[in-house]
Amino acid sequence: MDLLNLFVKSIFIENMIFAYFLGMCSYLAVSKTVKTAMGLGLAVIFVLAITVPVNYLLESYILKPGALGTWLGAEYTDIDLSFLSFIMFIAVIASMVQLVEMIVERFAPALYSQLGIFLPLIAVNCAILGGSLFMQQKDFSTITESFVYGLGSGIGWLLAIVAIAAIREKISYSNIPAPLKGLGITFIITGLMAIAFMSFGGIKL
Amino acid sequence: MMAEKEALFSQKNRRLLIDPLNDDNPISVQVLGICSALAITVQLKPAIVMSIAVMFVLIASNVIVSLIRNLIPGRIRIIVQLVIVAGLVIIVDLILKAYLYDVSKELSVFVGLIITNCIIMGRLEAFALGNGPWKAFLDAIGNAGGYALILIVVAFFREVLGSGKLLGYEVLGHKGKTLIDSTGLYSFGYENNGFMLLSPMALIAVGVYIWIQRSKNRKLIEA
Repeated sequence: MDLLNLFVKSIFIENMIFAYFLGMCSYLAVSKTVKTAMGLGLAVIFVLAITVPVNYLLESYILKPGALGTWLGAEYTDIDLSFLSFIMFIAVIASMVQLVEMIVERFAPALYSQLGIFLPLIAVNCAILGGSLFMQQKDFSTITESFVYGLGSGIGWLLAIVAIAAIREKISYSNIPAPLKGLGITFIITGLMAIAFMSFGGIKL
Repeated sequence: MMAEKEALFSQKNRRLLIDPLNDDNPISVQVLGICSALAITVQLKPAIVMSIAVMFVLIASNVIVSLIRNLIPGRIRIIVQLVIVAGLVIIVDLILKAYLYDVSKELSVFVGLIITNCIIMGRLEAFALGNGPWKAFLDAIGNAGGYALILIVVAFFREVLGSGKLLGYEVLGHKGKTLIDSTGLYSFGYENNGFMLLSPMALIAVGVYIWIQRSKNRKLIEA
Protein backbone atom coordinates (compact mmCIF):
# COMPACT_ATOMS: atom_id res chain seq x y z
CA MET A 1 0.00 0.00 0.00
CA ASP A 2 2.87 2.29 0.81
CA LEU A 3 4.38 1.65 -2.59
CA LEU A 4 1.10 2.36 -4.36
CA ASN A 5 0.78 5.56 -2.37
CA LEU A 6 4.29 6.62 -3.38
CA PHE A 7 3.55 5.75 -6.99
CA VAL A 8 0.38 7.85 -7.18
CA LYS A 9 2.02 10.66 -5.27
CA SER A 10 5.00 10.82 -7.60
CA ILE A 11 2.76 10.88 -10.67
CA PHE A 12 0.14 13.41 -9.66
CA ILE A 13 0.96 15.35 -6.53
CA GLU A 14 4.71 15.75 -6.87
CA ASN A 15 4.57 15.92 -10.64
CA MET A 16 8.02 16.79 -11.97
CA ILE A 17 6.70 19.51 -14.26
CA PHE A 18 3.74 20.99 -12.47
CA ALA A 19 5.12 20.99 -8.95
CA TYR A 20 8.88 21.37 -9.47
CA PHE A 21 9.26 22.60 -13.07
CA LEU A 22 11.92 20.00 -13.79
CA GLY A 23 12.70 19.16 -17.39
CA MET A 24 11.01 22.32 -18.62
CA CYS A 25 13.53 22.93 -21.39
CA SER A 26 12.76 19.76 -23.30
CA TYR A 27 9.12 20.02 -22.24
CA LEU A 28 8.84 23.33 -24.10
CA ALA A 29 11.08 22.41 -27.00
CA VAL A 30 9.69 19.00 -27.89
CA SER A 31 5.97 19.49 -27.31
CA LYS A 32 4.90 20.61 -30.75
CA THR A 33 3.37 17.26 -31.77
CA VAL A 34 1.96 14.42 -29.69
CA LYS A 35 4.03 11.78 -31.44
CA THR A 36 7.45 13.20 -30.63
CA ALA A 37 6.27 14.13 -27.13
CA MET A 38 5.31 10.49 -26.59
CA GLY A 39 8.75 9.32 -27.75
CA LEU A 40 10.61 11.65 -25.42
CA GLY A 41 8.25 10.80 -22.55
CA LEU A 42 8.89 7.08 -22.96
CA ALA A 43 12.64 7.64 -23.03
CA VAL A 44 12.42 9.70 -19.83
CA ILE A 45 10.43 6.98 -18.04
CA PHE A 46 12.98 4.42 -19.16
CA VAL A 47 16.02 6.37 -17.99
CA LEU A 48 14.45 7.56 -14.71
CA ALA A 49 13.36 4.02 -13.78
CA ILE A 50 16.96 2.83 -14.26
CA THR A 51 19.07 5.71 -12.93
CA VAL A 52 17.15 6.38 -9.71
CA PRO A 53 17.65 2.84 -8.31
CA VAL A 54 21.28 2.75 -9.50
CA ASN A 55 21.98 6.06 -7.82
CA TYR A 56 20.15 4.77 -4.75
CA LEU A 57 22.61 1.88 -4.51
CA LEU A 58 25.51 4.26 -5.01
CA GLU A 59 24.16 6.61 -2.37
CA SER A 60 23.48 3.99 0.29
CA TYR A 61 26.60 1.83 -0.20
CA ILE A 62 29.27 4.37 -1.05
CA LEU A 63 28.35 8.03 -0.58
CA LYS A 64 26.34 8.20 2.64
CA PRO A 65 28.32 9.02 5.78
CA GLY A 66 29.40 5.70 7.26
CA ALA A 67 28.14 3.70 4.30
CA LEU A 68 31.58 2.36 3.41
CA GLY A 69 32.02 1.02 6.94
CA THR A 70 29.14 -1.46 6.56
CA TRP A 71 31.03 -3.54 4.02
CA LEU A 72 34.67 -2.46 4.13
CA GLY A 73 35.26 -2.77 7.85
CA ALA A 74 35.10 -0.48 10.86
CA GLU A 75 38.05 1.77 9.96
CA TYR A 76 36.05 3.25 7.07
CA THR A 77 33.03 4.32 9.15
CA ASP A 78 34.07 7.98 9.49
CA ILE A 79 34.38 8.57 5.78
CA ASP A 80 31.74 10.91 4.40
CA LEU A 81 31.71 11.10 0.63
CA SER A 82 28.38 12.84 0.27
CA PHE A 83 30.01 15.94 -1.23
CA LEU A 84 30.78 13.82 -4.28
CA SER A 85 27.14 12.97 -4.92
CA PHE A 86 26.51 15.55 -7.69
CA ILE A 87 29.44 14.42 -9.75
CA MET A 88 28.72 10.71 -9.19
CA PHE A 89 25.04 11.07 -10.05
CA ILE A 90 25.65 12.99 -13.24
CA ALA A 91 28.37 10.53 -14.28
CA VAL A 92 26.00 7.60 -13.69
CA ILE A 93 23.27 9.34 -15.65
CA ALA A 94 25.50 10.24 -18.58
CA SER A 95 26.98 6.76 -18.84
CA MET A 96 23.62 5.08 -18.25
CA VAL A 97 22.07 7.09 -21.07
CA GLN A 98 24.91 6.00 -23.33
CA LEU A 99 24.46 2.38 -22.26
CA VAL A 100 20.70 2.45 -22.68
CA GLU A 101 21.16 3.94 -26.11
CA MET A 102 23.48 1.13 -27.14
CA ILE A 103 21.26 -1.61 -25.70
CA VAL A 104 18.11 -0.24 -27.27
CA GLU A 105 19.85 0.12 -30.61
CA ARG A 106 21.02 -3.50 -30.48
CA PHE A 107 17.88 -5.23 -29.21
CA ALA A 108 14.97 -2.98 -30.15
CA PRO A 109 15.84 -1.14 -33.35
CA ALA A 110 12.21 -0.13 -33.86
CA LEU A 111 12.08 1.63 -30.49
CA TYR A 112 15.52 3.12 -31.19
CA SER A 113 14.44 4.75 -34.40
CA GLN A 114 11.36 6.06 -32.61
CA LEU A 115 13.30 7.59 -29.72
CA GLY A 116 16.05 8.67 -32.09
CA ILE A 117 17.71 11.92 -31.12
CA PHE A 118 15.89 12.16 -27.79
CA LEU A 119 17.94 9.58 -25.94
CA PRO A 120 21.24 11.51 -25.86
CA LEU A 121 19.38 14.72 -24.99
CA ILE A 122 18.10 13.11 -21.83
CA ALA A 123 21.50 13.22 -20.12
CA VAL A 124 21.00 16.93 -19.56
CA ASN A 125 17.30 16.80 -18.76
CA CYS A 126 16.81 18.31 -15.32
CA ALA A 127 14.06 15.82 -14.50
CA ILE A 128 16.54 12.94 -14.50
CA LEU A 129 19.09 14.50 -12.17
CA GLY A 130 16.19 15.93 -10.16
CA GLY A 131 14.80 12.44 -9.66
CA SER A 132 18.10 11.28 -8.17
CA LEU A 133 18.49 14.37 -5.99
CA PHE A 134 14.96 14.04 -4.62
CA MET A 135 15.65 10.36 -4.01
CA GLN A 136 18.66 11.42 -1.93
CA GLN A 137 16.53 13.89 0.01
CA LYS A 138 13.65 11.51 0.66
CA ASP A 139 15.85 8.85 2.27
CA PHE A 140 14.10 5.80 0.85
CA SER A 141 14.62 2.64 2.84
CA THR A 142 14.57 0.04 0.04
CA ILE A 143 15.62 -0.11 -3.58
CA THR A 144 12.03 -1.00 -4.58
CA GLU A 145 10.83 2.33 -3.23
CA SER A 146 13.40 4.19 -5.26
CA PHE A 147 12.43 2.23 -8.38
CA VAL A 148 8.74 3.00 -7.87
CA TYR A 149 9.57 6.65 -7.32
CA GLY A 150 11.63 6.82 -10.52
CA LEU A 151 8.95 5.08 -12.54
CA GLY A 152 6.17 7.26 -11.13
CA SER A 153 8.04 10.50 -11.77
CA GLY A 154 8.71 9.39 -15.33
CA ILE A 155 5.06 8.60 -15.95
CA GLY A 156 4.05 11.94 -14.49
CA TRP A 157 6.46 13.68 -16.86
CA LEU A 158 5.09 11.75 -19.85
CA LEU A 159 1.56 12.69 -18.86
CA ALA A 160 2.45 16.37 -18.69
CA ILE A 161 4.30 16.55 -21.99
CA VAL A 162 1.68 14.56 -23.93
CA ALA A 163 -1.08 16.74 -22.51
CA ILE A 164 0.63 19.99 -23.47
CA ALA A 165 1.53 18.63 -26.92
CA ALA A 166 -2.12 17.76 -27.55
CA ILE A 167 -3.19 21.24 -26.45
CA ARG A 168 -0.54 22.92 -28.59
CA GLU A 169 -1.64 20.96 -31.65
CA LYS A 170 -5.18 22.28 -31.20
CA ILE A 171 -4.24 25.78 -30.16
CA SER A 172 -2.45 26.49 -33.42
CA TYR A 173 -5.92 27.05 -34.88
CA SER A 174 -6.90 29.60 -32.25
CA ASN A 175 -6.70 33.33 -32.50
CA ILE A 176 -4.10 34.33 -29.90
CA PRO A 177 -2.66 37.84 -29.53
CA ALA A 178 0.51 37.84 -31.65
CA PRO A 179 3.04 38.60 -28.86
CA LEU A 180 1.61 35.76 -26.78
CA LYS A 181 1.88 33.17 -29.53
CA GLY A 182 4.17 30.19 -29.07
CA LEU A 183 6.18 30.38 -25.88
CA GLY A 184 4.01 32.80 -23.91
CA ILE A 185 0.74 30.95 -24.25
CA THR A 186 2.49 27.64 -23.55
CA PHE A 187 3.69 29.00 -20.23
CA ILE A 188 0.25 30.24 -19.28
CA ILE A 189 -1.44 26.98 -20.27
CA THR A 190 1.12 25.04 -18.24
CA GLY A 191 0.31 27.29 -15.30
CA LEU A 192 -3.39 26.58 -15.66
CA MET A 193 -2.68 22.85 -15.91
CA ALA A 194 -0.56 23.07 -12.79
CA ILE A 195 -3.51 24.67 -10.96
CA ALA A 196 -5.63 21.72 -12.06
CA PHE A 197 -3.00 19.27 -10.84
CA MET A 198 -2.94 21.01 -7.46
CA SER A 199 -6.37 19.58 -6.80
CA PHE A 200 -4.72 16.17 -6.46
CA GLY A 201 -2.87 17.48 -3.41
CA GLY A 202 -3.58 15.61 -0.19
CA ILE A 203 -4.88 12.44 -1.84
CA LYS A 204 -3.85 9.42 0.22
CA LEU A 205 -4.57 5.83 -0.68
CA MET B 1 42.63 35.54 -36.49
CA MET B 2 40.99 38.92 -35.99
CA ALA B 3 40.83 38.47 -32.26
CA GLU B 4 44.31 39.90 -31.66
CA LYS B 5 43.48 43.26 -33.16
CA GLU B 6 40.01 43.63 -31.75
CA ALA B 7 39.57 46.13 -28.94
CA LEU B 8 38.62 44.77 -25.52
CA PHE B 9 35.18 46.36 -25.68
CA SER B 10 34.56 46.55 -29.40
CA GLN B 11 31.02 46.94 -30.69
CA LYS B 12 30.80 43.19 -31.26
CA ASN B 13 31.94 42.38 -27.74
CA ARG B 14 29.50 44.85 -26.27
CA ARG B 15 26.70 43.14 -28.14
CA LEU B 16 27.72 39.85 -26.51
CA LEU B 17 27.13 41.50 -23.18
CA ILE B 18 23.90 43.36 -23.91
CA ASP B 19 21.98 41.17 -26.34
CA PRO B 20 21.15 38.45 -23.82
CA LEU B 21 19.38 40.98 -21.62
CA ASN B 22 16.57 41.51 -24.09
CA ASP B 23 16.82 40.46 -27.75
CA ASP B 24 18.44 37.14 -27.01
CA ASN B 25 17.37 36.50 -23.43
CA PRO B 26 18.27 32.96 -22.38
CA ILE B 27 14.91 32.32 -20.73
CA SER B 28 12.32 34.16 -22.76
CA VAL B 29 13.92 33.84 -26.21
CA GLN B 30 16.39 30.96 -26.23
CA VAL B 31 14.12 28.92 -23.87
CA LEU B 32 17.03 27.69 -21.75
CA GLY B 33 17.34 27.20 -18.01
CA ILE B 34 13.69 27.39 -17.14
CA CYS B 35 13.77 24.40 -14.83
CA SER B 36 15.46 26.16 -11.98
CA ALA B 37 14.23 29.63 -12.84
CA LEU B 38 10.66 29.04 -11.75
CA ALA B 39 10.86 27.03 -8.58
CA ILE B 40 12.93 29.47 -6.57
CA THR B 41 11.14 32.72 -7.33
CA VAL B 42 8.75 32.74 -4.37
CA GLN B 43 11.00 35.22 -2.58
CA LEU B 44 13.57 37.70 -3.75
CA LYS B 45 16.47 36.51 -1.61
CA PRO B 46 16.79 32.93 -2.91
CA ALA B 47 16.33 34.28 -6.44
CA ILE B 48 19.26 36.67 -6.00
CA VAL B 49 21.45 33.99 -4.44
CA MET B 50 20.57 31.60 -7.24
CA SER B 51 21.39 34.22 -9.88
CA ILE B 52 24.79 34.80 -8.33
CA ALA B 53 25.45 31.06 -8.13
CA VAL B 54 24.49 30.55 -11.77
CA MET B 55 26.58 33.55 -12.79
CA PHE B 56 29.63 32.15 -11.03
CA VAL B 57 29.24 28.66 -12.51
CA LEU B 58 28.50 29.99 -15.99
CA ILE B 59 31.45 32.39 -16.06
CA ALA B 60 33.91 29.85 -14.67
CA SER B 61 32.78 26.98 -16.86
CA ASN B 62 32.55 29.12 -20.00
CA VAL B 63 36.10 30.39 -19.52
CA ILE B 64 37.52 26.97 -18.61
CA VAL B 65 35.87 25.20 -21.53
CA SER B 66 36.92 27.97 -23.90
CA LEU B 67 40.54 27.67 -22.66
CA ILE B 68 40.69 23.92 -23.24
CA ARG B 69 38.38 23.84 -26.25
CA ASN B 70 41.12 22.63 -28.58
CA LEU B 71 42.13 19.80 -26.25
CA ILE B 72 38.69 18.21 -25.80
CA PRO B 73 37.99 15.34 -28.19
CA GLY B 74 34.64 15.99 -29.86
CA ARG B 75 33.08 12.65 -28.97
CA ILE B 76 33.40 12.92 -25.22
CA ARG B 77 32.96 16.67 -24.89
CA ILE B 78 29.58 16.41 -23.15
CA ILE B 79 31.02 14.30 -20.35
CA VAL B 80 34.02 16.62 -20.01
CA GLN B 81 31.70 19.63 -19.79
CA LEU B 82 29.45 17.90 -17.27
CA VAL B 83 32.40 17.07 -15.04
CA ILE B 84 33.70 20.66 -15.13
CA VAL B 85 30.24 22.04 -14.34
CA ALA B 86 29.60 19.46 -11.62
CA GLY B 87 32.90 20.32 -9.95
CA LEU B 88 32.04 24.02 -9.94
CA VAL B 89 28.54 23.34 -8.62
CA ILE B 90 29.98 21.32 -5.74
CA ILE B 91 32.10 24.35 -4.81
CA VAL B 92 29.03 26.61 -4.91
CA ASP B 93 26.99 24.13 -2.89
CA LEU B 94 29.64 23.87 -0.17
CA ILE B 95 30.06 27.66 0.00
CA LEU B 96 26.30 28.16 0.34
CA LYS B 97 26.10 25.50 3.03
CA ALA B 98 28.90 27.17 4.95
CA TYR B 99 27.85 30.83 4.74
CA LEU B 100 24.14 30.93 3.81
CA TYR B 101 22.75 27.80 5.37
CA ASP B 102 19.09 28.91 5.45
CA VAL B 103 19.06 29.91 1.79
CA SER B 104 20.84 26.70 0.86
CA LYS B 105 18.11 24.73 2.67
CA GLU B 106 15.46 26.68 0.76
CA LEU B 107 17.10 26.08 -2.60
CA SER B 108 17.50 22.37 -1.73
CA VAL B 109 17.95 20.29 -4.88
CA PHE B 110 17.97 23.31 -7.14
CA VAL B 111 21.61 24.08 -6.38
CA GLY B 112 22.51 20.61 -7.65
CA LEU B 113 20.31 21.14 -10.64
CA ILE B 114 22.52 24.00 -11.85
CA ILE B 115 24.56 21.13 -13.36
CA THR B 116 21.79 20.33 -15.79
CA ASN B 117 20.70 23.94 -16.19
CA CYS B 118 20.31 24.19 -19.92
CA ILE B 119 21.76 27.72 -20.01
CA ILE B 120 25.13 26.40 -18.95
CA MET B 121 25.28 23.41 -21.29
CA GLY B 122 23.69 25.48 -24.04
CA ARG B 123 26.23 28.30 -23.81
CA LEU B 124 29.14 25.85 -23.51
CA GLU B 125 28.02 24.00 -26.63
CA ALA B 126 26.95 27.01 -28.64
CA PHE B 127 29.58 29.55 -27.65
CA ALA B 128 32.51 28.49 -25.49
CA LEU B 129 33.54 25.64 -27.80
CA GLY B 130 34.05 28.05 -30.67
CA ASN B 131 35.33 31.28 -29.12
CA GLY B 132 38.23 32.60 -27.08
CA PRO B 133 38.15 33.05 -23.29
CA TRP B 134 37.52 36.82 -23.23
CA LYS B 135 34.48 36.53 -25.49
CA ALA B 136 33.29 33.52 -23.53
CA PHE B 137 33.61 35.57 -20.35
CA LEU B 138 31.47 38.40 -21.76
CA ASP B 139 28.94 35.95 -23.16
CA ALA B 140 28.67 34.27 -19.75
CA ILE B 141 28.10 37.57 -17.94
CA GLY B 142 25.48 38.60 -20.47
CA ASN B 143 23.55 35.36 -20.33
CA ALA B 144 23.73 35.02 -16.57
CA GLY B 145 22.54 38.64 -16.41
CA GLY B 146 19.57 37.88 -18.63
CA TYR B 147 18.73 34.91 -16.44
CA ALA B 148 19.07 37.00 -13.29
CA LEU B 149 16.88 39.74 -14.76
CA ILE B 150 13.91 37.43 -15.24
CA LEU B 151 14.42 35.67 -11.92
CA ILE B 152 14.51 38.95 -10.04
CA VAL B 153 11.52 40.49 -11.84
CA VAL B 154 9.38 37.40 -11.27
CA ALA B 155 10.50 36.99 -7.66
CA PHE B 156 9.87 40.70 -6.98
CA PHE B 157 6.23 40.50 -8.06
CA ARG B 158 5.63 37.16 -6.40
CA GLU B 159 7.01 38.30 -3.07
CA VAL B 160 5.31 41.71 -3.05
CA LEU B 161 1.91 40.45 -4.17
CA GLY B 162 2.09 37.12 -2.37
CA SER B 163 3.37 38.03 1.05
CA GLY B 164 3.60 41.83 1.02
CA LYS B 165 7.33 41.72 1.74
CA LEU B 166 10.59 42.42 -0.04
CA LEU B 167 13.69 40.55 1.13
CA GLY B 168 11.74 39.86 4.31
CA TYR B 169 10.84 43.53 5.05
CA GLU B 170 7.16 44.40 5.25
CA VAL B 171 7.09 47.06 2.54
CA LEU B 172 3.31 47.28 2.30
CA GLY B 173 2.86 47.86 6.00
CA HIS B 174 2.16 45.53 8.87
CA LYS B 175 -0.92 43.32 8.96
CA GLY B 176 -2.46 43.16 12.43
CA LYS B 177 -5.43 41.17 13.69
CA THR B 178 -7.91 43.97 12.97
CA LEU B 179 -7.94 46.93 10.61
CA ILE B 180 -7.01 49.28 13.46
CA ASP B 181 -3.90 47.26 14.37
CA SER B 182 -2.72 47.26 10.78
CA THR B 183 -0.56 49.88 9.14
CA GLY B 184 0.12 50.89 5.56
CA LEU B 185 -2.04 49.37 2.85
CA TYR B 186 -3.46 46.81 5.24
CA SER B 187 -5.30 49.51 7.19
CA PHE B 188 -7.49 50.00 4.11
CA GLY B 189 -8.40 46.33 4.10
CA TYR B 190 -5.80 45.16 1.56
CA GLU B 191 -5.19 41.40 1.51
CA ASN B 192 -2.20 39.46 0.25
CA ASN B 193 -2.80 37.24 -2.75
CA GLY B 194 -1.62 33.92 -1.36
CA PHE B 195 -2.04 32.36 -4.76
CA MET B 196 1.09 34.13 -5.97
CA LEU B 197 3.12 31.92 -3.65
CA LEU B 198 1.98 28.70 -5.33
CA SER B 199 3.99 27.17 -8.14
CA PRO B 200 1.51 27.70 -11.03
CA MET B 201 1.79 31.47 -10.66
CA ALA B 202 5.51 31.32 -11.52
CA LEU B 203 4.62 29.88 -14.90
CA ILE B 204 1.91 32.45 -15.50
CA ALA B 205 4.19 35.29 -14.38
CA VAL B 206 6.87 34.23 -16.88
CA GLY B 207 4.17 33.90 -19.55
CA VAL B 208 3.05 37.45 -18.89
CA TYR B 209 6.67 38.68 -18.89
CA ILE B 210 7.16 37.13 -22.33
CA TRP B 211 3.91 38.70 -23.51
CA ILE B 212 5.00 42.17 -22.40
CA GLN B 213 8.51 41.74 -23.78
CA ARG B 214 7.23 40.64 -27.17
CA SER B 215 4.68 43.41 -27.47
CA LYS B 216 7.53 45.89 -26.93
CA ASN B 217 9.98 44.03 -29.13
CA ARG B 218 7.90 42.86 -32.03
CA LYS B 219 10.64 41.12 -33.97
CA LEU B 220 10.61 38.34 -31.38
CA ILE B 221 7.03 37.36 -32.20
CA GLU B 222 6.73 33.77 -33.41
CA ALA B 223 5.02 33.23 -36.72
